[in-house]
Amino acid sequence: MFQFSSDTILFGVLRLCAIAAGSVLLLVFVFLVVESWPALSNVGLVRFFSDESWHPAGENGLFNLLPMLWGTLFVTAGSVLIATPLGIFSAIFCHYYAPSWMARVYRRLIELLAGIPSVVYGLWGLVVLVPLIRELQPPGPSLLAGIVILTLMILPTIALMADAAISNVPKQYLHSAAALGLSRWSTIIGVVVPAARSGLFAGVILGTGRAIGETMAILMVCGNVVQTPSSLFDPIRTLTANIALEMAYALNDHRSALFFSGLLLLLLIIVLASLAETVRVRGEVNV
Amino acid sequence: MPLNCDQWRFKAEGNMNVHSCVKATIMLLIASFIGLALASCGNNDDTRKLVLTGSSTVAPLAAELAKRFEALHPGVRIDVQTGGSSRGIADARSGVADIGMASRSLKPEESDLFGTAIARDGIAIILHKTNPVEMLSDDQVVQIFKGTIKNWKDVGGLEAPISVINKAEGRSTLELFLKYYRLKSREVKASVIIGDNEQGIKTLVGNPNAIGYVSIGAAEFNVDAGTPIKILPTKGVEASSENVANGLFPLSRPLTLVTKEPPEGLAKEFIDFALSSDVHNLIKQLHFVPIQ
Repeated sequence: MFQFSSDTILFGVLRLCAIAAGSVLLLVFVFLVVESWPALSNVGLVRFFSDESWHPAGENGLFNLLPMLWGTLFVTAGSVLIATPLGIFSAIFCHYYAPSWMARVYRRLIELLAGIPSVVYGLWGLVVLVPLIRELQPPGPSLLAGIVILTLMILPTIALMADAAISNVPKQYLHSAAALGLSRWSTIIGVVVPAARSGLFAGVILGTGRAIGETMAILMVCGNVVQTPSSLFDPIRTLTANIALEMAYALNDHRSALFFSGLLLLLLIIVLASLAETVRVRGEVNV
Repeated sequence: MPLNCDQWRFKAEGNMNVHSCVKATIMLLIASFIGLALASCGNNDDTRKLVLTGSSTVAPLAAELAKRFEALHPGVRIDVQTGGSSRGIADARSGVADIGMASRSLKPEESDLFGTAIARDGIAIILHKTNPVEMLSDDQVVQIFKGTIKNWKDVGGLEAPISVINKAEGRSTLELFLKYYRLKSREVKASVIIGDNEQGIKTLVGNPNAIGYVSIGAAEFNVDAGTPIKILPTKGVEASSENVANGLFPLSRPLTLVTKEPPEGLAKEFIDFALSSDVHNLIKQLHFVPIQ
């Protein structure tokens, strides 16, 4: 009945795989909307941002997600702000200043750093970093601890992407710059960085995505107190930590509100991804 | 079957092979879905079913017990659903559930029901081993957790700020703790909030000036393993598994299985199984205390 050639089989299989992969995001989105619907209809969108606190269990639950949204944003912004220059400058150093053996060792180290499971970072943070911060200012688990841990976690992502982006700068550019008599530093600032811009940006976006989504390590070092931090030493709770902490025992509207915070996270990531896409497309047009 | 295959056609080639291949794949997929659905719907008449609903504290234990019970009794299916102690009691009364689960003993107005305690849950206040404070009154604990006492020197300790470790919302340990000390969740001024017992103990070990509370089972396990924590007595009663089991320790509660009639048939078999000494290791694994 059917005549199968290897091409047609391959085509069918590939198309199925593509459909499956594509529909996952859609399914997750639909699932989150369906699960958060009870909270959205019973509690209402406004109360997630105007209630007086986050005490969702019991009869008259309060559902303010804002402190945790701030927590997520602060800890992400802090770590991206620190990890971005560190990652990009270390990649530049490794390409244009370091001896080749050192560059090789450095790349291996960064790759290794990227492979460490997040719970290990969390454990290190809990037993080493948090007591250190406590010496400075009690209680120790804090926004600062979260920023430091996240910086360590996203640094390899940004550094590796920057490394790849810099490698992809066409050799002619460098030769032309040399022919013009530009110094090494002027070449880097005037030629390499602009040419590698979209790749560098993609690395930062990828790192930001990882920072927003990180749960385990943050849960262990941030203290998880629901409050808008007024200093670096205040404990905070992120949206992801909130889901991980409370989902196991949440019921009814509480449970549904947690799904809503998941939906918020997904929307944040979608915004980030489309931002990255816009910059990438524009970058290609310019170069 | 109203399936429009045209949309699947590969435009660049558009040949029949691709078309029929894709069609075949889709048919196969649909067939397997239907097969799966039928398989899961197919009700075996020999299956005996038991439904448990109620407390989210008891549910993890009941689910583990059910798993083992099912393994020993092929043909039995046990459904465990959570929804709080009051739902467990209401469901047992209305007959929606064969057994209700409650993390308390039955109240006088519930004397029409039959409750069997299968284990007890107790909470220990823990401090770091280096903290010189040896005991705290209930009132001192309340003030520390409310943030009115902020320094260890006010309760006979060293000059050091107190870090309060609290549990995340919805945890049964938090619920029992708040109920015993008559605190409200929003009155507690915590400096760290933790999820499970182990995380609380690790946080405490990293911060010698902290105070926290965990299930007694978890605390004892860690003390035996040499973790530098110490367990405080409550109302002068030592916080130990024995004192929880014999009911002397005040900060504890029974985990109760509730039935409408005196348990019989499958429900009785399950409750007897939950009371047998074979499952004591399971109960301890979940940091509860078996009833002797």
